[in-house]
Amino acid sequence: MRTVNTYIGSPVERVEDERFLRGKGQYIDDVKCDGLWHAAFLRSPIGHARITRLDAAAALTMPGVRAVVTAEDMADGIPTIPFRRPNPTIGPYAQPVIAPGKVRYYGEPIAVVLADSPELAEDALAAIEVEFEPLAAVTDWASAKTGAVLLFETTESNIASVFQAEKGDPDKAFQEADFVVRDQFSTQRQTALPMETRGLLAEWDAVGKKLRVSGAAKLPFFNRRTMAKVMNLPEEAVDYIEVDVGGGFGARGEFYPEDFLVAFAARKFGHPVKWVEDRREHLTAIGHSRESLCDVEIALRKDGTLIGLRGEIYVNIGAYVRPNGMTPVRNLAQFMSGPYRIPNIHLLAHGYVTNKTPAGTYRGPGRYESCYFMERLMDLAAAKTGIDRLVLRRRNLVTNEEMPYALAPVLPSDGRADTSLDSGDHRTCFDRCVSEFDWAGKAHLQGRKIDGVYHGLGIACFVEGGASGPSEAARMQVEADGSVSVYAGSSAIGQGLETVLSQIAADALEISMDRIRLYHGSTNYLKEGWGSYGSRATVMGGNAVVDAATKLLERFRSAAAARLGLAPGEVTIADGVARAPDGRSVPLVEVAKDGIASEGKFNNATPTYTFGTAAVHVCVDVETGHVRVLDYLVVDDVGRVINPLTMHGQVMGAAVQGFGAVFSEELAYDAEGTPLFGTLADYVLPLATDYPHIHCVTLENYPSPTNPLGAKGAGEGGIIPVAGAVANAVAAALKSFGVEPRHLPLSPNRIWELVQEAKRLRTVAAE
Amino acid sequence: MSLKCEVNGVTVELNVPARMTLADFLRHHLGLTGTHVGCEHGICGACTVIVDGAAVRSCLMLAVQAAGAKVVTIEGLSHDDELTPLQAAFKKHHGLQCGFCTPGVLTTLHALLSSEPDADEERIRDVLSGNLCRCTGYIPIVEAAMEARAAYRKESEGKVR
Repeated sequence: MRTVNTYIGSPVERVEDERFLRGKGQYIDDVKCDGLWHAAFLRSPIGHARITRLDAAAALTMPGVRAVVTAEDMADGIPTIPFRRPNPTIGPYAQPVIAPGKVRYYGEPIAVVLADSPELAEDALAAIEVEFEPLAAVTDWASAKTGAVLLFETTESNIASVFQAEKGDPDKAFQEADFVVRDQFSTQRQTALPMETRGLLAEWDAVGKKLRVSGAAKLPFFNRRTMAKVMNLPEEAVDYIEVDVGGGFGARGEFYPEDFLVAFAARKFGHPVKWVEDRREHLTAIGHSRESLCDVEIALRKDGTLIGLRGEIYVNIGAYVRPNGMTPVRNLAQFMSGPYRIPNIHLLAHGYVTNKTPAGTYRGPGRYESCYFMERLMDLAAAKTGIDRLVLRRRNLVTNEEMPYALAPVLPSDGRADTSLDSGDHRTCFDRCVSEFDWAGKAHLQGRKIDGVYHGLGIACFVEGGASGPSEAARMQVEADGSVSVYAGSSAIGQGLETVLSQIAADALEISMDRIRLYHGSTNYLKEGWGSYGSRATVMGGNAVVDAATKLLERFRSAAAARLGLAPGEVTIADGVARAPDGRSVPLVEVAKDGIASEGKFNNATPTYTFGTAAVHVCVDVETGHVRVLDYLVVDDVGRVINPLTMHGQVMGAAVQGFGAVFSEELAYDAEGTPLFGTLADYVLPLATDYPHIHCVTLENYPSPTNPLGAKGAGEGGIIPVAGAVANAVAAALKSFGVEPRHLPLSPNRIWELVQEAKRLRTVAAE
Repeated sequence: MSLKCEVNGVTVELNVPARMTLADFLRHHLGLTGTHVGCEHGICGACTVIVDGAAVRSCLMLAVQAAGAKVVTIEGLSHDDELTPLQAAFKKHHGLQCGFCTPGVLTTLHALLSSEPDADEERIRDVLSGNLCRCTGYIPIVEAAMEARAAYRKESEGKVR
């Protein structure tokens, strides 16, 4: 690679911005084709019920209505959605693609109307006659654990899976501990909420027996396999076509019921079918996440050394286990120890079903929740041991000498039971954060009331897993004009993939970036590919591009050598030109007609672990319960930064999502499983006025040993420490009241109630 | 119902259903798909267009209500050759990621800075609070807007002369 003027590491402005800024992006609702039918979904208006009558006759007479699809149309049985991470117990909890005579959550698809326009399809939904026999609902751990009401009659429990993280001898550690700190915490139900709702266009070629699905994201190749399976087609008969995508964050791009139903309708009726989700249905149809509670404890020696972690975690995964529904559950068990050296661990994480929208991943799945739990315990332990909370943390952070540092294996295995932190002295980010934040200069403010508000500081340390395996592929082709087409298996979800992979390709090929044309995410570009999930695209896709580039350069060298009458080893290559020692040269464009191409692949089953520390300064108004974030700093080490602009964009954007999680975003339900939200006025996202004081520092002191670029996945870390740091800061601010936040969100209501309760207890104690 | 209005400087005259929103009209009848629909409830601001100089949510306005009005969309604010100073500032500061909210953010800021080229950070954040962005955390958007003010100032000085 070039050592001067490299693109890697430079704040290269994004190539995709040119079209987005002009309104020329092509998102799924912008894609048109002739003879299009539009789909609208009739969804369950009730949390748990039997369907006693379903009659679409009247809807079929409505203007512009072409057809209605119900469960009755699936004569060969209703397919269930395959798991992406199978395990021995989740089989019975898979989601049928359409409600099978019974609905298990508000929003579950019951019928699909196909009409000449989206409006006419929606009009006809109201004409479908459905009657229900309501059933008692299960909505939380208390109602799920008894098993008095079972969601699935064929099972004996609402617990779909229990994951166990085990390491050392935890019982002995707790017997020998000088201090034990135990508490219960919870995080609320949320959703990722990309600004573009989901959408799909399915086209069936009746002659060629081929299905083309546009609107893919995240993992097009896995979804193609899934679609082929449920549609009973050979894999080669299905193409997934990527278009521009308005945000992913883990939720968009998994295989959902609508994916099947839209394709099923396209094939059944021989018409292209498009569906674009509206925001109201999005809120109950796309995956939810984060609803978990725990009862956990840590064991410490007198000097603050952590020696044990154990407890139970309960994750509400909603009505069905979706393709990656158990990922947050198993992550909660494996990653609660985070960046800390804890030799003895026993954690059980239960994934239980309820009459709510099925859950899946959202940025930092299981990691955000477990970091919050662990960091609250650390502050409580600091109070109990009398050790300063900075000292306590620093003492237990893992160091580079301990790498690779094994985390607790998680069983049953979903293929990733064992994992180890890969590199880095975790104290480096911690020290940098503490100094850059000026913790020492601000510490005196803690607990003080200034101008009517109470000030507090909080800190949290985290690790972020990235570079999900097993592989990624890329292909390159020299074009007639001397440019190079790069086809990548990674998909774009708004993260700047085209820019980042183009930077890597240009550096690896030693040519300027404007000669790279990047194509990505569609299954017809490559024989196999993987996609963008688990913070993997830069590491996995980037290294696949490097591999393809290395091979392409060798082919260029050979072709040029043949023209020059030399052995390949005698030819040097720089800036897209092959040169002989005597000065003769062959530019890349000249060998284009030889059909120079290459295929690259990067295999890696070892995740990377970005690590970091976040510090926050808040002030709390106890009269209103409002918390203001005065300053927030996160320092992380990502091994190697490809593009500082997009890197910081990921960290800052994720941090603000984290503030939404801590303070305002909540998907609440009543006891019947009816959502208490319907629009973005109820699901309150951060606004431009809310969190202006956020800073980040990205270090690259410890490259990952897992890949030639040395990069680590870095798209999710920004969200992971937010709740822990903020809740600790609120506790510090309200120390004089004895308030200890345990449950999220820290809405004004909750803060106000915590303060009132603390005052009441104090009054009772005084009497 | 018949509708006559001006969109991006071009007079259009079409029959539209009474219930059609301005957003659907622009997107599906005129093919101006740069205007994005994010919530259809008037909350996210992705569909913001400029109607007679004011930033308006095109999902909350019926197409027929635009009769006689001058409508400007993101396409009307763009040139094929160069980015405008506002667009260039967004690119420089990485003020967008997925790009879905971007047209609404740009139309909102264009309307603001055209009338208030001296808007301070607080004012910019206040006006932007009607546009949801899930990717950036808003900070680079505000930085881009602050930088773009200079070009709008220049333009308004030119008009005064």
